[in-house]
Amino acid sequence: MSQRPSVIRQTIITPIVLIVALLIMAALSYQFGSRAFNRTVVEMFINIMVVVGLYVFVGNSGLLSFGHISFMCLGAYMTAWLTIPPVMKSITLKGLPAWLLHAQLPMWVATPISGIFAAIFALIVGRVIMRLSGIAASIATFGLLGVINNVYSNWDSVTGGQGSIVGIPPTMNVWTGWIGGAVAIAIAYLYSISRSGLALRATRDEAVAASASGIDIVRERLIAFVVSAFIIGLAGALYAHFLSIVNPGAFYLRTTFITLSMLVVGGMYSLSGAVSGVVAISVLIELFRDLEKGISIGGHTVGLPNGVQEIAIGIITIVILMYLPTGLTRNREFSWRRWPLQRRLARPVQTALKELH
Amino acid sequence: MRELLQIIFDALSLGSLYALGALGIALIFGVMRLVNFAHGDFIAFCVFAMLWPSIDAAAVVFAGQLPFYLLIPLLLLTGAALSILSEIVVFRRFRNANPATMMIASFALGFVIRHLLLMLFSSRPKSITLWPSLGLPVEFFGAHIPMLQVVTIIITLAVLVILVLFLKRTRYGLEMRAAADNFTMARMLGVRANGVILLAFAISGMLAAAIGLILATNSGTADIGMGANVMLIAFIATVIGGLGSIPGAVAAGFLIGAASVVFQATLPHDARVFRDAFVYGAVIVVLLVRPQGLFAPKSAKQRV
Repeated sequence: MSQRPSVIRQTIITPIVLIVALLIMAALSYQFGSRAFNRTVVEMFINIMVVVGLYVFVGNSGLLSFGHISFMCLGAYMTAWLTIPPVMKSITLKGLPAWLLHAQLPMWVATPISGIFAAIFALIVGRVIMRLSGIAASIATFGLLGVINNVYSNWDSVTGGQGSIVGIPPTMNVWTGWIGGAVAIAIAYLYSISRSGLALRATRDEAVAASASGIDIVRERLIAFVVSAFIIGLAGALYAHFLSIVNPGAFYLRTTFITLSMLVVGGMYSLSGAVSGVVAISVLIELFRDLEKGISIGGHTVGLPNGVQEIAIGIITIVILMYLPTGLTRNREFSWRRWPLQRRLARPVQTALKELH
Repeated sequence: MRELLQIIFDALSLGSLYALGALGIALIFGVMRLVNFAHGDFIAFCVFAMLWPSIDAAAVVFAGQLPFYLLIPLLLLTGAALSILSEIVVFRRFRNANPATMMIASFALGFVIRHLLLMLFSSRPKSITLWPSLGLPVEFFGAHIPMLQVVTIIITLAVLVILVLFLKRTRYGLEMRAAADNFTMARMLGVRANGVILLAFAISGMLAAAIGLILATNSGTADIGMGANVMLIAFIATVIGGLGSIPGAVAAGFLIGAASVVFQATLPHDARVFRDAFVYGAVIVVLLVRPQGLFAPKSAKQRV
C-alpha cells in the first residue's frame, strides 16, 4: 500500500491560515484602529465564533438550525450570573439560588463554565430533537429558540425579564476576541476531521448509504450539536463581557438570521466559508456605516441617508447568492495545494434519492 | 357557556389569521420548495401602502381613506404586485439553488423591504383607523364577540372556499396541484413553470394583503414588525401540517391558534407569561410524534 499523507497533514493548513489571518487583523486594528474600530473587530471575532459554531452543526450535518442562538443566550446569561458582583445581583436578580447569588468568578473561569452549561443543555434537548431530520428538525430547533427566548424574557426574578442586566465586567479586547475566534476554529477543525465529523458528513451527502455502512445518524448529529452548542455558549459569554449588559432581545430572530446569512454567504459546508462570510459581511457593514456618516469631499460632507446600510447589505447578500449559490468560497477550504480533497469529490453522484428533493 | 363561546371565537379568529398566513407560505412552498421568509414583510408593506410616506408620529392616511370597495381591491393588487415583482427580480434566479440558499435569499429580501419601510416611515408605530364600527361587539348567545372576529372568520372561510374551488375546479388550479405534487413531471406534461409559479406568488401576495388589512383593523396601528409574528407561526404551521399539503397548512394554522388561546385561558396565572414557550414546546412534541407533519401528503414520503 502506498503511503498516503494523513488527513491532518492534508488539511491542517486551513485552520492555520484562518487563525493567522485573524491574528493579522487583530494586530493591525490594535496598532492602527480607533477605539470604535477595535470594538467592531471584537464584535466580528464574536460573530466568527458564533458562525463557526453554527458551521460545526449545519455544515457537517446539512440540517439548517434556527435554534443555535439560544445557546448564545444561555452562555451569556450564565456568565452574567457568575461574574456580576453579588451586591448587584442581590438587588436585581433575587430569584437566583444562593450559591449562584454569592458567586463571583473571573472571566477565564466563567466563560468555559458557560460553554459547558450550553453544551449540557444541548445534550439534553438534542437527544430529543436530533431524532428528527430535514425541515422538521429545523422547525424543532426553531421551537427551541422560541421557548428559550420566551422563558428568558419573562422569568423576571432570575433573568431580569425583558430589561437588560447590567454589571458584567467589560474585559474584552481584540486579543481576547482573537483567542476566542482561534479556539472556535481549532475546535471546529478538530471536530470536522474526527471520526464523528467524517461520519456526519457522510450522512449529509448520502443518508441511506451512510446508515447502511453502520453510521448511527442520531448519535453523530448529537455530538455535532453538543460541540457547536459549546462553541456558541463560549461566544455568548464573550458577547456578555463585550457589551457588559445582556438582554434577551439580543438573542432572537435578528441575530439568528444574520449569522445564518453570514454562513450561507461564505459557504455553509466549509470552515473557511464560515469565517470568510463573517469577515465579508462585517467589512460591508463597516463600510456602509462610514458612508452613512459621510465622506468629506472638498469641504462638504456627503453621506448616504440613514438606513441605506441595511438595504445595501440585504441587496448585496441576494446578489452574492444569485451568482455564487454555494457561497464565496464555493464550499471549499483555503489551502496551499489546490483543494485536494474537494477536487476528487467535485461532482457528487446523482442518485434517485436526490431527484426526489 | 359564555366563556366557552368567547374562547371558541378567539381561537377561530386567531386561527384564521394563522391559517391565511400558512396558506400563503404553503402555496409557494408547494410549487418551488421555497420557504418565503419575506412573507411577514409583505404583510407590513401592504399595511404601509395605505399611508403616505412620512416620519411623523401621526400617520398621513392616503389610500386608507378610500371607500372599502376600492381600498380592498387596491391592497390586494399591491400585495400581488409586490409578490410577483419579488419572484421576477429575485426568486426566479434561485430556482435550482439549495433550499437553505433560497431561504436566506428570501430573508434578505424581507430585510430589504423592512428597512425600506423603516427609512420611509420610521420605526414608530402609527395609528390608523379603518372601519371603527368593526370594533363594536355583537351579542351572540349571551357572549359579546367583537364584530371584527366574526368578519375575520367569515372572510377566512370565504377565502378557503374560493381557493378550494379554484384548486379543484379550474385548469390553473389543477396545474398548480400537479406542480406541487411533482414539479418535473408536471412540466413534462405541459404545465408552464413560470405561469404556475407567478400565479402562486400572486395569490400568496393577496393573502398577505388580506392579513395586513385584518391586523391593521384589529390593532389600529401600523407597525413595521406586525407581520413577523404571523409569518413565524404560519411557517411553523406549514411544517406541522405536512409540507406541501395545503389543507394541512390551514388545519395546522387553526390548531396553533386554538392552542395559543387555550393555553392562555387554562394556564395558571403565573405561567401565563410563558404561554409561547408552551406553544413552541407543543410544536416540538407534535413533530416528535409525527415528523412528516399531521397531514402529510402521500407524495411527501421518502421512497428508497
